[in-house]
Amino acid sequence: MILALEYHRSPGRFIAARSLTATKLGGRMSGMIAGNVSPLRLINRQAPELPGEGWTRVTPRLSGICGSDLGLLTGRSSPYLSPMTSMPFVPGHEVVGETQDDLPGMPKGTRVVMDPVLSCVARGTPECRWCASGHQSRCDHITTGRISAGLQTGSCADTGGGWSRQFVAHASQLHAVPDELPDERAVLAEPLACAVHSVRRVKVAPGSTAVIIGAGTVGLLTLLALRELTEVGAVYVVAKHGHQQEKAKALGATAVIEPRKAIRALRRVTAARMHTPEIGGDFLLGGVDVAFECTGGSSGLDTSLRLVRAGGTVVVSGMPNGGVDLTPLWYRELELVGAYCSGADGADFADAIRLAGTAPLDGYVGTTYPLARWREAINHAADAGRLGTVKVAFDPAR
Amino acid sequence: MSRPGFVLDVDERTPPLLMHQGEGFRLERLPLGAKVIYPPDSLPGIRNVDAAIRHALLNPHGTEPLPELLTPGMRLTIVFDDLSLPLPQMQTPDVRQRIIEQVLEMAAAKGVDDVELIAGNALHRRMTPAELRRTVGDRVFQAFFPEHLKNHDAEDHDNLLHMGKTKHGEDVEINRRAAESDLIVYVNITLTAMSGGSKSVSVGLASYKSLKHHHNVHTLRHSNSFNDPPNSAMHHSYDRMKGVIDDHVKVFTVETTVNNNTFPSSMGFLNKREWEWNVRDQASYVAVKRANELLPAKTRRRIWQSTAAPYGVTGVHAGEQSEVHPLTLENVHRQQLTEVNGQSDVAIYGLPYVCPYNVNSVMNPILVMSLGLGYFFNLYKNKPIVRQGGVAIFYHPVPNEFHPVHHPSYIDFFEEILTESTDPVLLETKYEEQFANDPWYIQLYRNSYAYHGVHPFYMWYWGAHALEHLGDVIFVGGNRKTTSRMGFRSATTLADALEMAKDTVGSSPSITYQHAPPLTLADVR
Ligand SMILES: [Zn+2]
Ligand SMILES: [Zn+2]
Repeated sequence: MILALEYHRSPGRFIAARSLTATKLGGRMSGMIAGNVSPLRLINRQAPELPGEGWTRVTPRLSGICGSDLGLLTGRSSPYLSPMTSMPFVPGHEVVGETQDDLPGMPKGTRVVMDPVLSCVARGTPECRWCASGHQSRCDHITTGRISAGLQTGSCADTGGGWSRQFVAHASQLHAVPDELPDERAVLAEPLACAVHSVRRVKVAPGSTAVIIGAGTVGLLTLLALRELTEVGAVYVVAKHGHQQEKAKALGATAVIEPRKAIRALRRVTAARMHTPEIGGDFLLGGVDVAFECTGGSSGLDTSLRLVRAGGTVVVSGMPNGGVDLTPLWYRELELVGAYCSGADGADFADAIRLAGTAPLDGYVGTTYPLARWREAINHAADAGRLGTVKVAFDPAR
Repeated sequence: MSRPGFVLDVDERTPPLLMHQGEGFRLERLPLGAKVIYPPDSLPGIRNVDAAIRHALLNPHGTEPLPELLTPGMRLTIVFDDLSLPLPQMQTPDVRQRIIEQVLEMAAAKGVDDVELIAGNALHRRMTPAELRRTVGDRVFQAFFPEHLKNHDAEDHDNLLHMGKTKHGEDVEINRRAAESDLIVYVNITLTAMSGGSKSVSVGLASYKSLKHHHNVHTLRHSNSFNDPPNSAMHHSYDRMKGVIDDHVKVFTVETTVNNNTFPSSMGFLNKREWEWNVRDQASYVAVKRANELLPAKTRRRIWQSTAAPYGVTGVHAGEQSEVHPLTLENVHRQQLTEVNGQSDVAIYGLPYVCPYNVNSVMNPILVMSLGLGYFFNLYKNKPIVRQGGVAIFYHPVPNEFHPVHHPSYIDFFEEILTESTDPVLLETKYEEQFANDPWYIQLYRNSYAYHGVHPFYMWYWGAHALEHLGDVIFVGGNRKTTSRMGFRSATTLADALEMAKDTVGSSPSITYQHAPPLTLADVR
C-alpha cells in the first residue's frame, strides 16, 4: 500500500467545482479549490503494477504542481480532455524520482526526470505516424494498448502519478539526471522541456520581437528558452507580480509590463498604432512578431491576438480555457500555434536538463509540502504569483 | 487709478484666504507672519477696443502703417495665438477676431486676395472647427474655413521650410506658407511675460526639429525665469531664431494685453481681496462653493471649462516685434508685477482648474506638475519667491485622469516612463526622440486632436528648474499615487504639509503665498 492523492472526479462534483470557481468570486475564493467539493482525496491504495517489459517503479523525490493540474482541480479545464483520462488517477507529471527496477542501461536507483507522455512504445501498440517520426507528444494511440486511457502519467488510472509515494514509468519516458543537478532544479526539467518545445514550434527570426503573456513557471521558462535557443531580439514579458518582474529581468526580459498596460506599452515599443473597438480591449495595427500565451487564461489569449502584428504568430503554451474572439486571427492573418509537452525525439528534454543546470533558477522551487498537507499545497500553488512563489512541489517521501 | 500690487502680512485680523484647488477652491487660514503676494487691482480696460486696434494698425512702431504694406497680388498670412491663450478663454468677441477682421478689411481695400489664416499651435493639439470659430468669429470662419483657415501642422514636411540655422547652430524651420509669404501678420495675446515677442513666429509655427533647440532641460534650467525674457535662455534662443526669420520674411506683429478681470461677475469674489468682500461676495462664495461641490464631476468640469473671462484689453500695439514687445511687457508688468522683499523657506500656490494645455479637456497629473513647478513657480523676476532648497506647497487634487484623445502620449509617459525615472535629463536623453518620432502619436497629432508625442516631455522640462531648486514638493489634497509617481508628497491639510516640510526647512519657516489667479508676477528683491 502507498500513500497517494487520488483524483476521483464524479460528474456531479466536477460540475459543482466548476460552477463555484468559474465565477469571478469563486476565482478569488481559492480556498474552495481544496475545500469540500475537491475532486481530490488522500488515500492509501495499492501500488500500481508494472504493465510489462521496459517498465519500472519510480519513487518521486519531488513532484511539481502544474497549472494544468490546477485547471483540473478547479473544473476550469476543458471537457475535451475527458476521453483521454481514466478514473481514478493520481495527478503529478513534473517529477524527479528514483527508479526501483533495473532497466537496460539504467540500473535501479537511478535519479530520473520524466517525459509524462504515454505514447505507442509505452502502450505496446504499433507505432503511430507521430511516434514513428519522433513526435511522441502527438501520439494518436493515447487511449489504447496495454494501459488504460491517459494522455500522460498523471491522468492514467494504471500508472499512478507523481503525487504519491510510487508510480510506474516506461523506460522511454525517463531521462537520467546528472549527479550535480539538485532535485529543486531537476523537477523543473519537465516544464522546461515544454518551454523548449514551444519555442521550437515557431520560426523565431533573428532580431524579431516577442511577448510572453504570464510570468508563472511556463512564462519564465519560455523566456529562458527563447533567450538560450533563438536569436530573438526584444522580449517583453507581461507579469502581474513584483517578484515575477525581477525574475523575468534576470532571465533577460527587455522590459516587464503590468497586464493592464500591456497593449499601450507594446504599441509604443513597436511603434504600432492602437485602436479601441466599441466593445472589447484595445488592439494594435503593427505589434510584436510572436506572442507566447503562458497563462492558460482566455484573457491572455485574447490579449495575444490583439498585440501581434499582421502575419505574426501566437503560441498557445498554457492549457487554454474559455473562448476568445478570433477576429484578429482572421483579419490579421495570424498563425495560431499549439505547443503541448515536448518533442524532437527527446532533444527538448536533453536541452531542458542542460538548461536546468546552468540557468539562474535558484529559488524557483521555494516551498515543498508533504502529501498530507495537500490542501495547503494546492492553495499555495493557486496563489503562487501573489505569494511570490514560482513552483510549489510535493515532497511525497516526507 | 488702480492700486498697485502689494504683500500682505498675515496677522490676527486677516480673514481666511482664497485658495484655488483644481476645479474647486477653499478659504484657508495661513500661519501668522506668512506673506501673501497680491497682484495690482485689475486695470481699466480700453473703452473702444476697435478704435485702439485701428489706431495701432495705422500707427505702428518701427514700420509703415499696415495698409502701406498691403499690395495687390501679394501673399498675406495671418497667424494667431491658439487655444492656449488667454486663460481662461475670453468672452466673445475675442480680441483676435476684432484684429483679424480689421486686417482683412484693410487687405480687401488694397486688393489683396491671397490670404491664409493659420493657428500658431506648434505641437499643441489642433483646434476644433468650433474652437476656431469662437476665436476668429463667425464671419471670418465662414469665409475662410476650411481651405484658408487652418491649424499649423508641424509634421507636414512638405509644408515646412528650413530657413537656416542661427549662429548657435539652431535649426529654424517653420510653416512654409507663412515663410514664403510677402507679409505675416501675427495676432497675439500676451497673458504672461513669457509670451509674444520673438516667441510668436519662432515657436507658434515651428516644427519639432526647431523647437528642440529651446524646449529642453538645459535651456529651461538656465531660464530664471522664463517669465523674465532678459534672464531666460529660452528667450535668447527665440531671439536668435527671430533674426533668421527676419532675413526671410516680414512680420507685422499685433500684440494685445488683458487685465486681471479673470472671473465673471457671478464669481466676482475670485477677483477680489478677501477682506474687501462685501456681504454679497460672501454669500456668493458660499453659494458657488456649495453648488460646485454638489455637481457631478463631469458637469462641474464642463461648467469650469465654459467659464469665459470678461477681460478688459489694456493695450494694443502693432509693428516691428522688437519695438512692440517692450510696450507689451510694460503692460503685463503694470497689471501683474508686485515687488516682494526677499525669499522665504516655503512657497504656497493654489493651482486652478486650467492651464494652457487642458482647455476643453482634462488636467492630467503631468499638466498639474507643469502648471505648478513650471508656470506658477516661474511667475517671478529676479529670484524665485522660495529660497534654494526650500519647499513648495501646492493645492491640487492631482486626480489620476487623462483625456485619451487629447493626451495619448501623456498616458504612456505617466504609466511607463515616469515609473522608471523622474529625472528630466535622463528622460530627455533616453526617451524624447522615441516619443517625438512615434508614428502613431504623429498620426493622432495630425488627424485627431492629440498633443504631439513629445509634448509631455516639454511639460516635464517646464518644471526642471523648480525640480533642481526645491528641497521638497508637497501637494495638499493630492492623490497619493499620482503625486508619489511624480516624486512628490501629498498631505491632507496645510498643517500636515508644514509638518512634513519640517524635515527640510525646520519648524518655524518663513512662508509666502502667491495669490493667483488672477496672475501675479513676483519681483523678488
Ligand atoms: Zn505541466
Ligand atoms: Zn503514437
